Order: sequence, then C-alpha cells, then structure tokens
Amino acid sequence: MRAPLSWIRDFTPLDAPVDEIVAALNRVGLEVEGVEEPGRDVVGVRVARVVDVTPHPDADRLRLADVDVGDGTTRVVCGAPNVHAGMLAAFAPAGATLPGGITLERKKIRGQTSDGMLCSPAELGLGDDHAGILDLEPDLTPGTDVREVLGLDDVIFDLAITPNRPDAMCVVGVARELAAHFQLPLHVSTPAAPSSDFDRTIGVVLEAPDRSPRYLARAAAVTMGESPAWLRQRLIKAGMRPISNVVDVTNYVLLERNQPLHAFDLDRLAGPGIVVRLAAAGEQLTTLDGVERDLAPQDLLICDAERVPQAIAGIMGGGDSEVSGATTAILLESAYFERMGIARSSKRLKLRSEASARFERGTDPDGVAAGAERALELLAEVADARVAPHAVDEYPRPTARARIRLRTSRVNAILGTALSDRAVLDALRPLEIDVEGAGDEIVATAPTFRPDLEREIDLIEEVARRTGFDAIGRSIARPAEQIGALSHRQRDRRLVTDALVGLGGSEAVTIPLVAPGALAPFEAGPAVELANPLRADESVLRTTLLPGLLTVAAANAARGRPDVALFELGTVFGTPAPGDVHPTERLHLAGLLTGTVARRPLEVDRPADGYDALDWLRAVLDALGVASWALEPAAVPGYHPTRAARLVSDGDDTGTVGELAAATLAGATAPGPAVAFEVDLETLCDAPRRDRSFRVLSPFPSSTIDLAFVVRDRVPAATLAQTLRDAAGNLLEAVRPFDEYRGEQFGAGVKSLAFTLTFRAPDHTLTDAEVAELRRRCIDAVTGHHDATLRD
Amino acid sequence: MSLPDEQARLDQALEEARTAIPNASSSAALTDLERHFVGRSSPASAANEAIKNLPTTDRPAAGRAVQTYRHGVAELVDARRRALDAEEGADAATRERIDLTLGSHARPRGHLHLVTQIRRELEDIFVGLGYQIAEGPEVEDDWHNFEALNIPPAHPARSMQDTLYLRLGDDEQMMLRTHTSPVQIRTLETQPPPIYVVAPGRAYRNETLDARHSPVFHQMECLAVDRAITMADLFGTIEAFARRLFDDETIRTRFRSDYFPYTEPSAELAVSCVFCHGDGCRVCSHTGWIELGGCGMVDPNVFAAVGLDPEVWQGFAFGFGLERLAMIRYGIDEIRTFVDNDVRFLEQY
Repeated sequence: MRAPLSWIRDFTPLDAPVDEIVAALNRVGLEVEGVEEPGRDVVGVRVARVVDVTPHPDADRLRLADVDVGDGTTRVVCGAPNVHAGMLAAFAPAGATLPGGITLERKKIRGQTSDGMLCSPAELGLGDDHAGILDLEPDLTPGTDVREVLGLDDVIFDLAITPNRPDAMCVVGVARELAAHFQLPLHVSTPAAPSSDFDRTIGVVLEAPDRSPRYLARAAAVTMGESPAWLRQRLIKAGMRPISNVVDVTNYVLLERNQPLHAFDLDRLAGPGIVVRLAAAGEQLTTLDGVERDLAPQDLLICDAERVPQAIAGIMGGGDSEVSGATTAILLESAYFERMGIARSSKRLKLRSEASARFERGTDPDGVAAGAERALELLAEVADARVAPHAVDEYPRPTARARIRLRTSRVNAILGTALSDRAVLDALRPLEIDVEGAGDEIVATAPTFRPDLEREIDLIEEVARRTGFDAIGRSIARPAEQIGALSHRQRDRRLVTDALVGLGGSEAVTIPLVAPGALAPFEAGPAVELANPLRADESVLRTTLLPGLLTVAAANAARGRPDVALFELGTVFGTPAPGDVHPTERLHLAGLLTGTVARRPLEVDRPADGYDALDWLRAVLDALGVASWALEPAAVPGYHPTRAARLVSDGDDTGTVGELAAATLAGATAPGPAVAFEVDLETLCDAPRRDRSFRVLSPFPSSTIDLAFVVRDRVPAATLAQTLRDAAGNLLEAVRPFDEYRGEQFGAGVKSLAFTLTFRAPDHTLTDAEVAELRRRCIDAVTGHHDATLRD
Repeated sequence: MSLPDEQARLDQALEEARTAIPNASSSAALTDLERHFVGRSSPASAANEAIKNLPTTDRPAAGRAVQTYRHGVAELVDARRRALDAEEGADAATRERIDLTLGSHARPRGHLHLVTQIRRELEDIFVGLGYQIAEGPEVEDDWHNFEALNIPPAHPARSMQDTLYLRLGDDEQMMLRTHTSPVQIRTLETQPPPIYVVAPGRAYRNETLDARHSPVFHQMECLAVDRAITMADLFGTIEAFARRLFDDETIRTRFRSDYFPYTEPSAELAVSCVFCHGDGCRVCSHTGWIELGGCGMVDPNVFAAVGLDPEVWQGFAFGFGLERLAMIRYGIDEIRTFVDNDVRFLEQY
C-alpha cells in the first residue's frame, strides 16, 4: 500500500516531520517498507513552451525544438514523436538533475548542440511511460518549477499491511491511524453525487446472497477521456497506471476508501440488468487481461439480465463489457462480497487483483454506498457524468456491528499493565470504536470497516497498540514445578555428535528433499512424494541420509576438497502405515569419509577404508553404551558387494557400514573411495545399555596367549572371536585379532587368523596350569566349531 | 717385598689412573680401564696378594693403602662415567629429535554445523530458565500446521506461507511444516499446563535456493502457558534471553504491533543492534535495531482448539529463525551458505 502524504492530508491536518510519521506508522503496526520523495531528485526542471520544431539535418528520428522558459529560447535535440510547437513541456536545462543521479549537460547530438532535454513522465519518476515527452496542461506559466505543477513535492509511504487490517489498505484508513496517534481530527466528507435526468432502470437479482450480501448499481452517462493531471498524478504516486477517466476514478476510490468498484459499459449489458449468481460447471469467461478463464461452480459471477457472465465477482471484469473510448454510459458496481468465497476463487484461478486482495481481507459493507457516491461525484467532475437519480442497492440483511464485552481487568491481566478504565476507553475511541460502561462491563461496538474486531482479545490488542508496547513492563515467568533439562534422548544426540566431532567429523545439514534417482542405489523403501515440487531433484523426501552427504561431498570435491569427513543427524521419512496419512519419521545418523585419510606429517595419505567408517560407528555405539551389537557381513544396497556389513543390535537391523559401491559414487558424481555408516538412532537408543554397576578391578596380573587358526575364508573374524569368548568364559579380559594372512601354503579359500587373548582372575594370579587349560578349551572350541586347524 | 714398595706401586698406579681414566673415550673404554686398575690382574689385586707375605704388623697399613687406592680409582671412574653419560645422552636426544612444528596428529577435531551450535546455545539458555525442549514431526497435517493455529482454509495468512504439500491423503492435507508453531499444538494436546517449552527444528517453504531463500531453514519456537502469564512476561523473557545470547546486559528490546493468526496481541520483536548499540551500522541497515522474529499472547482460538479454557490459561509464544540469528552474529550474507555445507565454512566455526 502506497500512501502519499499529500493525499493523507486531505483527511487530517498532519504536519509532523516525516521521521515522526514513519515512527508512528511502524509503532501502530503499519510497517513502513520505504519512504519516497519523488521530487527530491528533480532539481531545476521547469515548464517550457515549445516554440518551434524543425527536422534534425543528420538524423531521421530526431528533431530540433526551440523552447522558451520565459526568458528567451534555447534549442534542444528531441527524439519524442509527440513533440510539437505550442505545447508545454518539462524542460531540464544543462545543470538540472533527474532521478537516478542524472545531471544534464550541454552536449552535441549528431552534430547539433542540445542545451538539455524535454522529459518523459518516466524520466521525472512519474510511472514508467517513456514513449513520449510529458504534455503539460496548456494553462501553466512557463518557467514554473515542475515539482509544483506535477505535485512532486510529496512523500510517499510504502506500507506493508498485515492481512488482518483491510481497513488500512486505503488512504483514509492510514489517515485514521495517524490522526489517532497524533491526536488530530479526522475529516472524511460524506460524498453526494449530483443526480441528473439521465435515467435507466436497472434490475439487480442476487441469487447467492450469502456470497454477495450487498450489491449497489447505478447508471451514469459519461464522456470518456483522459483524467486531469491531479488525478493521474495521485494514481501514479500510489502505484497505479492511469487508463481513462472512468477507470481512474474507480481506482481512485479504491485507494482512498478501500471500496473496489467496477464500471461496466451499460450499453453492452443485456437488460440492462445484473444477475449475481454462481457459475455453472464448464462455463468460461475472458477477463480484462485477455485470458480465457475456466470457471467452477463455487465462482461467483456478475451477469447481465440474460445471465451472460460479465465479471468474476470481486476479482476481475470481463472483456465484453469493458469500458472503452466508445462508451457513453456506464453501470457502476459497488458491492460487498463474502471474504472466503473471493479468497477461494482467487486462489483457484491464480488470479489476484487490487479488488480481490481487498475483498478477501474484508471490506466495509456499510461503505458501499459512500464509495459509489464518491466515484459518481468525481465522475461528474472529470467525465461530465450525468448520474441516474436512483441507485439500486440490494442489501437484504444489513450487517450488524459487533458488540463486544470488554473487561478492564482482563486487559490488565493479559498485558501485565495497570491501565485505568479511562485509559482503556480513550485508547479505543479515536478508532471509531463506540464504548460505553466501565470496569468489567464495558460494551464496545466495532465499526463495520474493522472485520478483525470480533472478540474481547481483539480489543485488548487495540488497547495495546494504542497505548504502545513501551508502556508494558518487563518480568520473567518461570515454571514453579518443572525442572529445565534435556531429555535423555536429547542428551544422547549431543553425545553421539560430540563423539564424531572428536573423531574429526564435521556436521552437515542437508535438504531433506531429494531426487528419486539419488535414493535408488540404496533401495531404502518407497519415498513420500511432494505434490508441488519446484524442482525435479527436490521431489521426494529422503529415506536415507547418504545421498545428501554424497551431494555435499561432490560439491566440496568440485571446490577442490575431495577429502571430507562428514556426518549428519537428521530425519528420514517413510510412507505411512496402512490406514494412516502421516509418514513415518525416524532420526538417522550417518557418516561419510571420502578420498584419503591423513596419517602423519610428510607421510603419504592413505585411502579411506571401511575401518575408518567403523571407527566412527564404534564411537557412536560406545558413546551410547549399547550393551550388545554385532556386525554381519552382508550385501548392502549402495555399498561395495564384499566390503560392507550390517549392524545388528538386540536382534534388530539398526545400521550399515562399509565402503560405498563405485556405481553409487558415479551416480552422485562424488569422489572415491567413499566409506560410510548409517544407523537408525532411535532404534539404537532403545537398545539395552551397558550395565553401569561398578566392577571391582582385579589387582592380579594378567596372562596373554596368542592363537592362530587356519580357517575358511568366509568365516568372519567376529565369529571366531565370539567362539573364543564363549569358550574362555569370564576369565577372558580381551580378545584382539592381530593378523590375517592368506598364503599358498594354506591352499585356496582359506586364511590364517591370529588372536591375542588376555586372561585375568579377580582373586588370584592365574597359574600356568590354568592358562594351559584355558588355551586348550579355546583351541578345541574353534577347531570343533569352524572346521579350523591350529596353526603352529 | 716391603710395605713402602707396595705403597709406591699403588701410588704410581693411581697416578696413571688419574691420567688415563678422565681421558677414557667411551663407556666401553672406561669399563676396560676400570678392569685394568681394579680388576683381577690389577695393581690392587697384586697388592692384595702381596699383603699375604708382609709382616703381620704391616698388614693393616697395607690393607688401608689398597682401600685408598680402590676408592681413588672408583671416584675417577664415577666422575668419568657421569661425564660420558651426559655426553652420550645429549647425542641420543639429538638423534631422536622430531620437529613438532611440521604439523599435528592426522585427524583434527571436526565441527558441529553452525546451526547446531546456535541451537544448543539457545536450548541451554532456556533450560536455565526452567524450560524443556519439545519436538514434533516435520511432516504435518493441516490441523496442526494451520487450522488449530487459527489459520482456517482460504485465510489470507496461508498465502503468506508457500507450502510444500505431499502426495498423501486429501489434496493439501499433508505438508512439510511451514513453521515450528505446530509443535505448540502438539505440546498443548499431549501435556497438561503449566507448559514451558522451546521447540527448535526444521521448517520448509516452497522456495528455490538462492542467496536469500532456502526451501529449508530452522526456527525455534517458545511457548509458555500458565495461569497468569502476561505480555510483560513475554517481553521480559525475550529481553533476558537476548541479553544472555549476546552476552550483553545493555541490549534493549523493541516491540511493534504485528499480526500472526495464533497470537493476539502480536508483535514483531527486535533487539538493539549488538554491533553498534543503536548508533546505526551496516548490520542493522543503519536503524540501530535488528528484527529477530515475532511474538505474542496465545490466541484464545488456539486454546479452544486444544480444549483449554482461555479464561483459566494464558500464555505467550515467540519464534525466530536460527540461520538469521547466525547471519547477524557472524556477518553471513547468504542463507545458502548454511545448506552448501562447504567444509571450509564448517571448519570455520
């Protein structure tokens, strides 16, 4: 909403400095997004009479104009097609300045000296018309500063109006707020259209009165033409393009009083009459913008007496009955349409207009007649309108003003203030809210232009707005019975991420919207699809975190950082369970290392391998204290076929770890090698935790033995280790693999695996005989269970 | 053989030792010399043998002479050994030298994402005020994201938010939450008041990623519901939190009337610029104030939606963007920086 100060002053004698006005507007919730002073940069531009126009000797499209500002003639080169002798134009001589930081200089154009220029409206900051030079009113005095004659000495406030304040989408509404703030009177005249002998009887039928509670129509004979300069200038300053006197007047009233109006060409309406009805399925209408619209049964139509659609109510008129230069009489529509209906149609048709934006927020049903009167009054002035003596005003159920009970005690209870009754009442009155009573028995009657005022809380907000938030103190509410703390789950998340940071991982936060193809290698279940994605590669919700991390790795590689160590903690989404519409959401944790891993200074970095990912996974498991878990070598989608494993905890598959497949990396254009892990953190957190009761630390020395077995290649080390643990019993303190070897002496398909076992008893030093017995039991268990032989 | 002869021989040997031992070139040479002067076939052992043939009266004196000689040699050897050990130790240290300035261990510590760091800071501040951390799903239904928040269908506020809808259920029934405010509803639905929670989390908008827009960003929502919570409590809590966050007790807060469907009265919240303290600078666009987010008193319609009596319960809510907070604090110009995950950015914080 653009509100020129000169226009605001039509309604209230506001002479506060601009910065105070800006502060006031911001304070009351009409946020100032910009302040424009269009004349500030127009310096030295004056009204000049074009005395003579002659062709440019060396350029077909240019002409030489001799102009007179009252003290002799000056010659300029002009390219405008509309320059002609006798006209008054805006002349910027050498030394004058224009918006955009332009300072005019004398210069030669195609060999002819030009002493400045004749300005188009756009060059003066008046809209975007630069097809020709500005043709000024003929009765002006040459030499006058154009800022005066063009009304450029003005301030325009560009306001962001919140959706609850349709009343402030007009100049009168802004003036009302400012008058209240500065304690000034507000004068909004009651317009009266002069009636005439022009009479055309119009019938109005409301077939859907719930959707069009009020509809006023009045005929007038008009003379089409251009609006006078003052009217055009105001529209331009408010951000609208002048079109014709009739259309300009409807826009003017919309901007001034928030009453959208529509002018139909009366002679193109059958009847003439109006039927307001809902559209039938399959109906179409070509709107003013030339677009053919497919209508739906909830769209409200303004039709002529033969029920032919002429406008989509409250949104846009139709092309057939549009006013044109040939129009001699109009039907002026001033109406109040139900908000939600306009909002739905506007959204469905993806068609928004100045009118629809106002109707959907809520216009003033009691302002309909005054809006029409104001327009007709202006039309009489600028379009020689002869107005029909009577309006047809269909308003079957007049809107009742909301009567709201207000308690001063409640105001203070919500705001934390100690306002008196009088302060509360004084706050509301300048907003044209009628108040009576006192204490907790105040009855407030809201004006019909404030649809946002329905409840006591709405009035409390008005009191807060008017008295100012600065009047409210500062205190702190603290819970009396609750202890502030992270939940265990929230603490666990910090533990695992801190563990990975300690191991060199940096946390990535990626966009959970991904391309279906990015998920494909991981076969991680069907993905939930977006209904209205902006981009195909953000069209489904991720089912795994790894594609996001690969994208990050690829982007970093492209920037010269192919070696990354990243992790992410984030939600993955699954399709809903049968009978539900909510997708499943699980918190996952994933890590990705690509390229090489640095070793020591000056040593050649080594490629990342699956054990690096495993380091991270083990740190996570250790940070959580997961009691029991195991890795099971497996073919995991997306991973290298023989370099991956599944994490099993408490009988559940809870994650994956290993090296990613070359094909997966190629799809993501990520650098290799890449190793990764991903766990369902929620399942892991649910798994039993390590017993944390204290175990007495044995003071006795430990004994270690080394055992090497020759075993089939497919037997995982973890399986042998588990057999050793089971056989050794609780005297075993640790088992650690220290060698894996494949050699010809063992034959194909077998390997040697060697372990160091550490034993310790809690209550004595183990004897040689005891250790020998433990050794024998371990060997027997492995050779007995795994078709293995002890390697000597 | 006589006592004087033995004495003389020992004196001479000690004299030789005084020359030889301090010049021993290595530990091994020193050991050889020690053996030579006090070993099995040394002057000392020869003297011991000779004592047996001396008159009984001379024997104690001869024994003392041998002891004196042995002590003398031992002192020389010890002195020389200490000297040699020192020299050789110094050599070994030279050989074992490493240059620590070459670098450090292979894997430097990693970094939490800046949003996580800010989020933890905020969480800790509110935990200190007695709040708990509430959570909710990122995919929401129309009820929680809009309807219960007093945003009915076709409400103009819906057009303020470009929503990403999902192909689930009815048209426009399921969506990626456009704000963290639905966590207010979920908390109110599941937990009897009093309620003091903050809800940090991800929110989504249907926007293309560029310098100023991101389809994904983070917000933090704060909700307090109790019997007598006032707007003064809202303002005071925000001020306390802002001062703690920026570690600056001089920070002031400014509230201007605004509109949100789920709070009334509503206000835009701003803090005095943490860089220029209100004088005006680039960060605050020369206004002296930095807008952080929105706030207000919980609208009675929200209480009604979750079955609470607004005559009994009052509350406040506020929310702000975590990326925005980080951008202000660290002078980051583009929101895109947060989703780019450039490791150079991650490593900086």
